[in-house]
Amino acid sequence: MNLRPDPTFHATPKLAMEAPAETLAFTLMLSPDGSQPDGLAIVDVDPKSKTYSQIVHQVIMPNKGDEFHHFGWNACSSALSPLTGHAFLERRYLIIPGIRSSRIYVIDVKEPLKAKIHKVIEPEEVFAKTGYSRPHTIHCGPEGIYVSTLGGGGKDGTDGPPGIFIMDCETFDILGRYEMDRGIQDKHYDFWWNLPRDYMVSSEWGLPPQFENGIVAEDLLSNKYGHTIHFWDLRGRKNVQSIDLGENHQMALEIRPAHDPAKEYGFCGVVVDTTNLQGAIFTWWRNSDGTFEAKKVITIDPQPADPDDLPDLLKGFSAVPPLVTDIDLSLDDRFLYVACWGTGEMHQYDVSDPMNPKLAGKVEIGGIVKKTPHPNGKTFGYGPQMVEISRDGKRVYWTNSLYSTWDDQFYPGEGGAAMVMANVGGNGGLTLAEDFWVDFPDGYRSHQIRLEGGDCSTDSFCYPSV
Amino acid sequence: MNTATALWWAVAASGIYHGVNPGMGWPLAVSAALMDRTRGSLYKALLALAVGHLLAMAAILFPFAALLVLVEWQRQIQVGAACLVIGLGLYLLINRRHPRFLARVPPSRLALWSFLAAMAHGAGLMLVPIYLGICRTIETDAGHAAADTLMGGNVGIAMIVAVVHTFAMTLSGGAIAVGVYRWLGLKFLSKSWFNLDVVWALSLVLVGAISLAVIH
Repeated sequence: MNLRPDPTFHATPKLAMEAPAETLAFTLMLSPDGSQPDGLAIVDVDPKSKTYSQIVHQVIMPNKGDEFHHFGWNACSSALSPLTGHAFLERRYLIIPGIRSSRIYVIDVKEPLKAKIHKVIEPEEVFAKTGYSRPHTIHCGPEGIYVSTLGGGGKDGTDGPPGIFIMDCETFDILGRYEMDRGIQDKHYDFWWNLPRDYMVSSEWGLPPQFENGIVAEDLLSNKYGHTIHFWDLRGRKNVQSIDLGENHQMALEIRPAHDPAKEYGFCGVVVDTTNLQGAIFTWWRNSDGTFEAKKVITIDPQPADPDDLPDLLKGFSAVPPLVTDIDLSLDDRFLYVACWGTGEMHQYDVSDPMNPKLAGKVEIGGIVKKTPHPNGKTFGYGPQMVEISRDGKRVYWTNSLYSTWDDQFYPGEGGAAMVMANVGGNGGLTLAEDFWVDFPDGYRSHQIRLEGGDCSTDSFCYPSV
Repeated sequence: MNTATALWWAVAASGIYHGVNPGMGWPLAVSAALMDRTRGSLYKALLALAVGHLLAMAAILFPFAALLVLVEWQRQIQVGAACLVIGLGLYLLINRRHPRFLARVPPSRLALWSFLAAMAHGAGLMLVPIYLGICRTIETDAGHAAADTLMGGNVGIAMIVAVVHTFAMTLSGGAIAVGVYRWLGLKFLSKSWFNLDVVWALSLVLVGAISLAVIH
């Protein structure tokens, strides 16, 4: 417990944007075949430093086969609400779940260059206390640390629906399931919320048999992956509305609410429309009567391709789908970044008018067909995937791996890990920084990035920016 | 300054102490005004917080007011109350965790939250020794009164103590909320927020100890 609020907690998104720039990034490293233990890389992102864009410390886990994916902080700006009584927590621990093993690591990064394991929660404890498996997204909120899961009970994770569980934000004990009334929700992926308005939004990927051993083409073509987003009474723990985006909108993944809690809208990325291979972004919003609506506001077309250039999975289509696998919104709610993992593009949309986004910038790198190299000449395996924006909105970082078995299907052969950065122009526009390229140890792939002091997909704010 | 005046000042001072602490809710009034884009919401939120706090004070003070009917036990009641306050202070010193049920209260129900937060932190209990002290100062007049007048008098004092305390709290918290809303900006929130958990627990112990020392 601190005597003052942690200096990285900010009342409003605007104050967070004005805070000092990040000097370190935390990036997850996964061993795709489970031959090595997964790890956390601490990357120097301070352009004034001699070790700029290098890994300056690694925490390697004691187990193999965890498959690191997403992770998050024990505490964030949400602690500045008097309602929770958490104002004096430290932003000190990273909570890293293994989505294959269901094991959860708590890493103490108080001294980032000496980061170390603080606690390990074994899979059996997760199963016993929650009936869920395959923990995924982490957010810190009113009742502690919320963890979404992709699987239910049983060996293959299909015994009961997946959901969210809550961990104590000081002891990291698992407290139990979040949901009191889940309605029709039977799959899970991401979730986020608007704290003062007291609602939560969650999304759907698919059940473990649909992703663990690779994408199941028959399930995709018969629209069996998730295509519904759910709206919840956050503190009441009740599903109040579910919106089906249409069964052709397969895999509704990332949920990005506007950071300013006075705004009652947000976005959701859809990986692929099975009728035309487009990627899509939906804007969802809350009406004054408390009901929600959603509308498709961005579509990204597939690109024609020679079947010889395509993996088996896509040969029949003679086209490469954009595959919108991650999206992220800048803290001023102005730019939405959309990773097109299939075509190898990072799009930047001006979403000042959330119902009318405009393409403001674009970077090409990697891609199934184009295989665009980095401006420094190096090969960028796979495509742009997990994207993270600096608090001030001036730098955008991303890595390249989607999920071990899916990487191998869409990009046969080993593509390796990558982490790059692009600079944002004053009025939009996106340019890759030639001098930023992180070399990862052999045999690893890279996944989610977290920035020192919080970033655009960790912190939830309790006060409007006005 | 005689004992009675000092004790009444203590009632007001504890109100200011509660009011300026962000943990007791003034940031929620700023948030309400900013979210609704109208200053009226700030005052509405302050009122809701005040009602909840007042009820919490009353809920603790009234049972003691009723107990004071037992005039010959007054000293024991005072000693018991002082020990209770010290006990809670010590408990809060050891158990520094905030009650989790408070996080389940929706932000729209500020009065309920304010009531529960005051109860959970023993804000009302802190007033008990002060209140009992005030009752003692008028004991000479009341000493020979009939039980029902006595009780009526004690209840009346309890009510005034709760109102004065809540008024001081709302005024001080409200002044900061208006200041932050109009001039200071929300940066003031994280700059001015101090962890008073230990100070709070110690002040409970202190109030109890002083009360024990002056009981005669």
